[in-house]
Amino acid sequence: MELTLFVIFGAVAVASAFMVIVSRNPVVSALFLILTFFCLAGLYVLLNAQFIAALQIIVYAGAIMVLFVFVVMLLRTGKEARRGYRLIFQKSIGIIFVVLFLLLLGSITLMVSVTGMRGPYTAEAVRHIGNTQAFASVLFTDYLYPFEIISVLLLAGIIGAVVLAKRKR
Amino acid sequence: MPIPLPTVNLIDISPEIILGVFGVLVLLIDLFLRRERKGHLAVLSLIGVVGAFYASLRLWGSSHYAFSQSIVVDNLSLFFNGIFLLGTALVILMSVSYIRREGINLGEYYSLLLFSTLGMLIISSGNDLIILFLGLELVSIPLYILSGFARTNLKSNEAALKYLLLGVFATAFLLYGIALVYGSTGSIKLPMIAKLLSDTAVSSNPLLFIGMGMLIIGFGFKVALVPFHMWTPDVYEGAPTSVTAFMSVGVKAAGFAALLRVLLTALDKLQFSWVSILVVLAILTMTVGNVIALVQTNIKRLLAYSSIAHAGYLLLGLVAGSRLGVSSILFYLVVYALMNLGAFAVVILVGRKGDQNLHLNDYAGLGYRYPLMGAAMSIFLFSLAGIPPTAGFVAKFYIFSAAVKEGFVKLAIIGVLNSALSLFYYLRIMVIMYMREPEKKEVLPILFSPGLVIALLIAVLGVLYLGILPSRVLDLATSAIRTFLSG
Repeated sequence: MELTLFVIFGAVAVASAFMVIVSRNPVVSALFLILTFFCLAGLYVLLNAQFIAALQIIVYAGAIMVLFVFVVMLLRTGKEARRGYRLIFQKSIGIIFVVLFLLLLGSITLMVSVTGMRGPYTAEAVRHIGNTQAFASVLFTDYLYPFEIISVLLLAGIIGAVVLAKRKR
Repeated sequence: MPIPLPTVNLIDISPEIILGVFGVLVLLIDLFLRRERKGHLAVLSLIGVVGAFYASLRLWGSSHYAFSQSIVVDNLSLFFNGIFLLGTALVILMSVSYIRREGINLGEYYSLLLFSTLGMLIISSGNDLIILFLGLELVSIPLYILSGFARTNLKSNEAALKYLLLGVFATAFLLYGIALVYGSTGSIKLPMIAKLLSDTAVSSNPLLFIGMGMLIIGFGFKVALVPFHMWTPDVYEGAPTSVTAFMSVGVKAAGFAALLRVLLTALDKLQFSWVSILVVLAILTMTVGNVIALVQTNIKRLLAYSSIAHAGYLLLGLVAGSRLGVSSILFYLVVYALMNLGAFAVVILVGRKGDQNLHLNDYAGLGYRYPLMGAAMSIFLFSLAGIPPTAGFVAKFYIFSAAVKEGFVKLAIIGVLNSALSLFYYLRIMVIMYMREPEKKEVLPILFSPGLVIALLIAVLGVLYLGILPSRVLDLATSAIRTFLSG
């Protein structure tokens, strides 16, 4: 049951991510991106991380994607966005390498079992403490420093958006 | 459920805190400054950089983990901090008049520069793959923006977009690599990964090897190793020159800091595997960088290919993987920062508004009209080529001898041949400077601003000092790795 769900979510996520790139209409791309985010949320649920799954849907599929769609509609990238380059040589080489890489990864994942250490947060442990609490207790203790770094990272991103988008002075 | 808060010792990250605070301070004070007085922000940023340097000095000698083993405060990270902060200080000095000339003197410039440096400091002390990843992103995101800072310049726009798209692509590789390493070992802490790898069931997992390869691709992109170097010439050419200087030194050093930590601390047991990858990459990087540099006519593109070649030389130290190898990487990075930033300072001086005057022919006759600047440029070029009285020679000597000592004789020979090849294009600039008449008769005089002159002086004195008396800095580099490789 879990495996089938995983395969379904995974396959749909990859397929829709692929459609994000190939579809010509930016709005369609954005909608496929929402589908990818939903599938990812499904994968989080399978990992017993309901809290992150909810965040994924609220923040990404909800807030960020709405912004995306708005921006795409406001910009109205009509004709110019559709002009594509052919690049047949690069494309064919790229496809060959991608297929080889996927074959390699696929054969390896079928071959080996999971090695390595198991973490303290097994499904039972999480059920015992509660999803949100487990998340918070890791985020604000062990990962306190990365958490703070991300705030600086976002600040730098905001500054950049303002600098690059500001009207000419 | 009460969460017990961990003990947090802020002294351990005091250099990072100082830089972060000054980055925000620059942003706030920027609001109250008129356009022509933005130069004050450079002074403020310099104070922040010096403060962070002082804080790193105060920490020198410590060797411990902090923030639940997320970071390690040891001499290696502090030595790297020194390199980053030295580079940033020189870049700030070079920037003041340059960004005024190009009409991009905005306060955000300095604050993005400081945030990017903050990312480098975070990488150098990273003890955990997540920290390394976030640090690398914090280095890159401000740089994507800074590359496109000259908004009216089409080449600058192209550079920013190209760097962003390819950088994000490389980041995806890095992230996938981290995921695979985590999946096959079960930990993201570097020392813990090393400990888990003593189990053969873990260390023979093919997923781990794919993860390792992807980590090398991710970091290799940032330091511009050869199959992943395609972005370098275009981005270096299009970005504002001061930003190019910053990228060529800072990002390279940060990438090597990350590579050192990951390969020598965490994946030390897989050395047999990654050494063979790095040998191939080193040969390709040195050769391709130098050969393509031969035919460049734009000085920024030439320096871009030269920086690729230097990444190849640096890989030799990593391939050796010994104490001598790592300490010579550190020494090389100090020397490289001085000589490369010095060369870029001259490029800024010779350049004109709108990034004009970057063709090699624009250097014709400069050696006579500006003898001191010509002499400085010659010293930097000699040093980049690795000719004896300069620091570049000592740096190359140590890195090649480290490779020879570990038995990579052929690799060292290829390296020496490559630096002989590089002599051609470095000397060509000097030939043009001293032996060719300028084509255009009316040339605007070069304006020497105090910041640029100070930066040039520091770089010249540094290159000569390290070339003649390298022992003090070499000793520092050796003591920097004392705790790194033993534990």
